[in-house]
Amino acid sequence: MPNIEVNGKQYEVDEDGYMVDLEAWVKDIATFMSKGDGMELTDAHWEIINFLRDYYQKYQIAPMIKILVKEVGKVMGPEKGNTKYLYELFPDGPAKQACRYAGLPKPTGCV
Amino acid sequence: MAKFTTKPNELSKINLIPPQTEWMDTPVEIKEHMFCHPAKIKDLETVGFPNAREWKPTEEDWKLPDNWERTILEGMQSLLKKYRSFSLFMDICVRCGACADKCHFFIGSGDPKNMPVLRAELMRSVYRGNFTLAGKILKKISGARDLTVNVLKEWWYYFYQCTECRRCSVFCPYGIDQAEITMMGRELLNLLGLNIGWIAGPVAACYMKGNHLGLEPHTIKSSIDLFVDDIETITGIKITPSFNRKGAEILFVTPSGDLFANPGTYTAMGYLMLFHELGLDYTWSTYASEGGNFGFFTTNEMAKRLNSKIYAEAKRLGVKWILGGECGHMWRVLSQYMDTWNGPADFLEVPVSPITGTKFENTRATKMVHISEFTADLIKNGKLKLDKSRNDHLKVTFHDSCNTSRGMGLLEEPRYVLKNVCNHFYEMPENTIREKTFCCGSGTGLNASENMELRMRGGFPRANAVKHVHDKHGVNMLANICAIDRATLSASMDYWVPGVAVAGTTELVANALVMKGEIERTLDIRLEPLPGKEASEEVN
Repeated sequence: MPNIEVNGKQYEVDEDGYMVDLEAWVKDIATFMSKGDGMELTDAHWEIINFLRDYYQKYQIAPMIKILVKEVGKVMGPEKGNTKYLYELFPDGPAKQACRYAGLPKPTGCV
Repeated sequence: MAKFTTKPNELSKINLIPPQTEWMDTPVEIKEHMFCHPAKIKDLETVGFPNAREWKPTEEDWKLPDNWERTILEGMQSLLKKYRSFSLFMDICVRCGACADKCHFFIGSGDPKNMPVLRAELMRSVYRGNFTLAGKILKKISGARDLTVNVLKEWWYYFYQCTECRRCSVFCPYGIDQAEITMMGRELLNLLGLNIGWIAGPVAACYMKGNHLGLEPHTIKSSIDLFVDDIETITGIKITPSFNRKGAEILFVTPSGDLFANPGTYTAMGYLMLFHELGLDYTWSTYASEGGNFGFFTTNEMAKRLNSKIYAEAKRLGVKWILGGECGHMWRVLSQYMDTWNGPADFLEVPVSPITGTKFENTRATKMVHISEFTADLIKNGKLKLDKSRNDHLKVTFHDSCNTSRGMGLLEEPRYVLKNVCNHFYEMPENTIREKTFCCGSGTGLNASENMELRMRGGFPRANAVKHVHDKHGVNMLANICAIDRATLSASMDYWVPGVAVAGTTELVANALVMKGEIERTLDIRLEPLPGKEASEEVN
């Protein structure tokens, strides 16, 4: 598996750039990954990344977009709880891109 | 890995010129976007599969164990002994070529090794060289060859370019089942740890947590709670489904994709609404929480292990029979393997619909009824109040799943259901439906993202048939009865036929279903305005 180096420390990622060891995640990894995509993380991004990590803690899986939209809407209001807002923040798709920054694995199976 | 960016007009220019060299002398070329990532070490170790290690298909060294040739040949010998079908299929092909242009991967790629006859020959040649006298003496003249690393790589590349759809076998005058050959190929590859991540991941998750996605009980509950909220928004009716309830009459099992991926979730909402309206005495299970079986794409033994929880849970809960949701390969396993693997289910009763009294004699052995049979029977007996006009914004066609059509002969029921819930239904051309249906292009666990070129090539014939009815009749909805279809056809339609959406059949049933005590419906199951209701909303 390839490695990424953040602050002088090596972290293992899979073929698609997702963290292998979820426990090893630190905030700087998200910043590092976003720079690789030519993006600057703002508070708005961090809101979603933190939400995803909390969700994962509770459910051991990254939320599907439907849940993400609904839960974000509940906590942060309807102007943020919609697909358009989330895609503006994460152009490669909130499920894929934001989960990768958050150190979460992507779901596999009939999805 | 670079993103797959080839445009449809480029990809549809298919090169049908074969290589200059004989097929045996043409080494396999492992191409990006045509294969899936290897299995992860932890997933193989979870289920005790051998030779878990890190390796890369594009690198020279595949880190095979010592004596790997012996492992494969001994494995082959034991499979030949165990399965008469395999032994027969290794011997009887006359290479007439009837199957050659029937494979969606060949049609979409032009690669001769995707002709079913040649894909099988990849293995037959090794069989001849090692298990037949003629092959041992005459070698290449009789079509025999040795097992080398390059042969093994070729097996891996092409046995993960077959979706075991069995369309070719419909046309084979000998009835050779290519799916069985691919299954044997994958069984042998698994002896060396040559699996793919998209299969091994779900298998390990299913083994540990009961379903492919690894949904834990509270996650399943939270998903269904979300559906229940949405159903209340749409209908004004609050549904209270039960989980793991002992003494329920019916256990309901469906693929986990329906609980956690669009558009499958809308199908799951459909189940909830239909069963509520019927007052069905049924329960969901967070243990037998997977209808599908990715183990079926690895080894017979693994599939059996994963399947065992369905009967075990039915027994534990003390239900009378089992109702199954919309899934493709799930039904091949259930109707053709489950009974002999983990049955007899003599603790269950022959399923009888509590609503119509119909006895499902065809499920006497398995005790498991398909949702389309169940729903068609309800409609036939006039038990559902349906308002077809709610689907009037849809022009619908039906994609037969390979496994429900060719694997269990379920051809009429879903069509009967669709014609009763939709006013606009159009069939795709005759040679692309029913038992001659084209695969979605991504079955048997090939629905990853890194092999997108393979998926789009394999999905091309199906998409082409959809395009035909899209252009001719304005079809904008591709109905199906399979969770893999729902996941993969969405991508294929977006690529090949933009403007066509994908839905499970039960979603369309739920759209049309008039429920007792419901509010006036203004939204469909996707929470989009129903036809004719958009304007009134604005006025309000």
